[in-house]
Amino acid sequence: MASGRNPNLTTQAVAKSLRRRYRAERRFKAVCIGALGLALTFLAVLFLSIGLEAYTAFWQHWIALDMTYDAELLDPTGTRNPEELARGNYNLVVRGALQELFPEVEGRSDRRALASLVSSGAGYRLQERVVEDPSLVGTSERVWVLADDDIDMLLKGHISRDVPEGARRVSDQQIAWIDHLGEEGRVESRFNARFFRSGDSREPELAGIWGAAVGSAYTLLVTLLLSFPLGVSAALYLEEFAPRNRWTDLIEVNINNLAAVPSIVFGLLGLAVFLNFLHLPRSAPLVGGLVLSLMTLPRIIIPARAALQAVPPSIREAAYGLGASPMQVVFHHVLPLALPGILTGTIIGMGQALGETAPLLMIGMVAFIVDIPSTLTDPATVLPVQIYLWADSPERAFVEKTSAAILCLLGFLILMNLAAVVLRQRTEKKW
Amino acid sequence: MSIWIIAATLLVVSALGYRAGRAKALSLVGHARELNSLPGYYGSWVILWGVLPATLLLLSWVALQPIVLDQLVVAGLPQEIAALEPSRLGLFLNDAQNLASGNIVSREVDETLTAAAARYRDLGSLASAARAGSVVLLTLAGMTLAYRRINRRLRAMVKVERAFELILATGSTIAIFTTIGIVLSLLFEAIRFFRLVPLTEFLFGLEWSPQTALRADQVGSSGAFGAIPLLAGTFLVSLIAMMVAVPIGLFSAIYMSEYAAPRVRAVAKPVLEILAGVPTVVYGFFAALTVAPLFRGAGEAIGLSVSSESALAAGGVMGIMIIPFVSSLSDDVIRAVPQSLREASYGLGATQSETIRKIIFPAALPGIVGGILLAVSRAIGETMIVVMAAGLASNLTANPLEAVTTVTVQIVTLLIGDQEFDSAKTLAAFALGLMLFFITLVLNVVALHVVRRYREQYE
Repeated sequence: MASGRNPNLTTQAVAKSLRRRYRAERRFKAVCIGALGLALTFLAVLFLSIGLEAYTAFWQHWIALDMTYDAELLDPTGTRNPEELARGNYNLVVRGALQELFPEVEGRSDRRALASLVSSGAGYRLQERVVEDPSLVGTSERVWVLADDDIDMLLKGHISRDVPEGARRVSDQQIAWIDHLGEEGRVESRFNARFFRSGDSREPELAGIWGAAVGSAYTLLVTLLLSFPLGVSAALYLEEFAPRNRWTDLIEVNINNLAAVPSIVFGLLGLAVFLNFLHLPRSAPLVGGLVLSLMTLPRIIIPARAALQAVPPSIREAAYGLGASPMQVVFHHVLPLALPGILTGTIIGMGQALGETAPLLMIGMVAFIVDIPSTLTDPATVLPVQIYLWADSPERAFVEKTSAAILCLLGFLILMNLAAVVLRQRTEKKW
Repeated sequence: MSIWIIAATLLVVSALGYRAGRAKALSLVGHARELNSLPGYYGSWVILWGVLPATLLLLSWVALQPIVLDQLVVAGLPQEIAALEPSRLGLFLNDAQNLASGNIVSREVDETLTAAAARYRDLGSLASAARAGSVVLLTLAGMTLAYRRINRRLRAMVKVERAFELILATGSTIAIFTTIGIVLSLLFEAIRFFRLVPLTEFLFGLEWSPQTALRADQVGSSGAFGAIPLLAGTFLVSLIAMMVAVPIGLFSAIYMSEYAAPRVRAVAKPVLEILAGVPTVVYGFFAALTVAPLFRGAGEAIGLSVSSESALAAGGVMGIMIIPFVSSLSDDVIRAVPQSLREASYGLGATQSETIRKIIFPAALPGIVGGILLAVSRAIGETMIVVMAAGLASNLTANPLEAVTTVTVQIVTLLIGDQEFDSAKTLAAFALGLMLFFITLVLNVVALHVVRRYREQYE
């Protein structure tokens, strides 16, 4: 019978189409896994490429030289007066020490090439030592001084010895000298503590992130002091007190919109209002903090409102039932219960503010600043802007410095986010 | 700083005021029960009366002092300087202020300048003293007034709470003031720009070379301010970014919400969100140092010439940055599709991928489109990646291998290191900013509208 064969045919057709459909299913799933895998690969490549570049920045090469503190040269009057000593030409001392090691070097350009083996900061190091201890004058000692950044790059392998001499920044002769010094045990790689202690410098080997870190701390302090109280009060008002009307709707629309305004627009606002109109100082952490707090406010208000919403109405009703006033209900019961959530949102908002660069470029925090800022109105820069400045510098040595500064910035960010996660897990309540 | 001293004084005075108010309220009655409010409210009442007016005075004083000082100094200047045009006068006053505070001065120090600086110093210290004195006096006066009005029937709680609510409400208006500030400051400077450059040239011009002549006969003195190449560059870079971010983000979200075991999801989601937390300057460095040379090398290997500032590198890295944005927004919408739809689909014999493609994706589409629009607005406003990895010169092209420049790049390059605020060059940055603000605003509004209007309502 025909009807006996038809189910068979249908089964065959279904079995056939099932194979196709299962293949499509596997394909689709593979595409999904591939997409996630690709995203994670990008993350890994990003971190690896920066980490691999960065780790060498934490070590730096030092060169030992036998310095002779010639009394004639440093203290011609013989008074050992610190001011007099500070004026001496210590670069000549460094050059003399190098000359002594390689007496065969003649001619101005060769001597200059020899002198450029060590950092131009070497003279200052000697000056500090002598001013601190004037009895050194007239004696000689072995002092470790920083190698020049090009030499450092050569020793770290970032400048290849195989390329022709004209194509690299270190000459064959300099390589021969530094190898000779190395054989004598005068070259050593040491932990780069200076990187964490000093401000910016034009010389890569002298540059550090401490100035930018302090600037970031001041800026974030201003941001926190302004945006946390304002953000919490706005969230409290909108969630707990505000009537539902056009005015509060307008406020809400504004907050949501501000959260999506490009950060550079806030920089333009800061430039026009804080600098050009109110005449606040350029490059100051105070202005940076003001701009960043306007930017961070909506990012604090939105999670704070969510945290307040999560507190169940029964808490409020119980408090009202016991005779608490509206403010007592909010400040004694609702706010403490919502505080962990509010703090989590605040930490995340602060993390975003810490990584923000573009608005700060607008208000002049991009200047080259060597000194560590000590007040809120001193010219300063911040970590991300420092990264931007170093990334723009042509010297090869700044590449590893930039990467190392990025590692430090990411370290701070990870710490802050970890704190937020721990806070959330510790205090999370299921109602 | 004297402001800090004033603040500290206010703090101490208010602590004393609180105690005094509380003590007076308690002394009026035999037992605290007989008072209208809790005793502490009387103390807070005294503080509010003292601190609120004084804070208002302090803030307005700080805001107005520079303006009044300028006027007073100008009044004391010799005729020929006071009659200078406003911008030059502003420079002169700026120098006088710098000299007064011991900073570097950009002109030769002559007698008039020294006199003006001295006047700034004298008036400044006088004003600071007057400020401190009047603020402290006003605080004390307000507190005394409040203290004397305390009686057992005073409804301190109601008044204090109303004041607190008002303070909280003031905090919430800051968002409105910020928006007004953004719009006004951008508009104000942009209007000044459009007085120099016609609006039509800015909106429809095909050439962008922002120079202004120092002298009329200078070579290359004619600047061109046509924003079309910048917009084209911005959209090219954003398009590349979305072509990277949308498929990867969307498929990752589908995997995490539909296929992945809860434990995989619990790890993958936060790891992916690390990408969102990385500062954009890091992406910029990554794009300029790693990705751009990679593309260039790859292009050379197959015989293509790829610019080292190609739109492809900047857009690609921007796409990586936006992946978590797309994926977490899509993840939320996909998970919001009710389980009953999936089960009905499985019950009819559909495979999982058929369910996703034919049931879940259409149901989640409005939310996904809204999320993508928000991501586009982010890509357009993104600054650091393009500043570090895209080109500086304008280039009207659709070729992703060439260097293009974007709106944000031009804003940054126009404003870095330039302090003169009356040239078309710097004002152009504000016009571009206004355009950027407007575009992102429209995108956000449309995105919200799409989500609200086309959202399927499930019980």
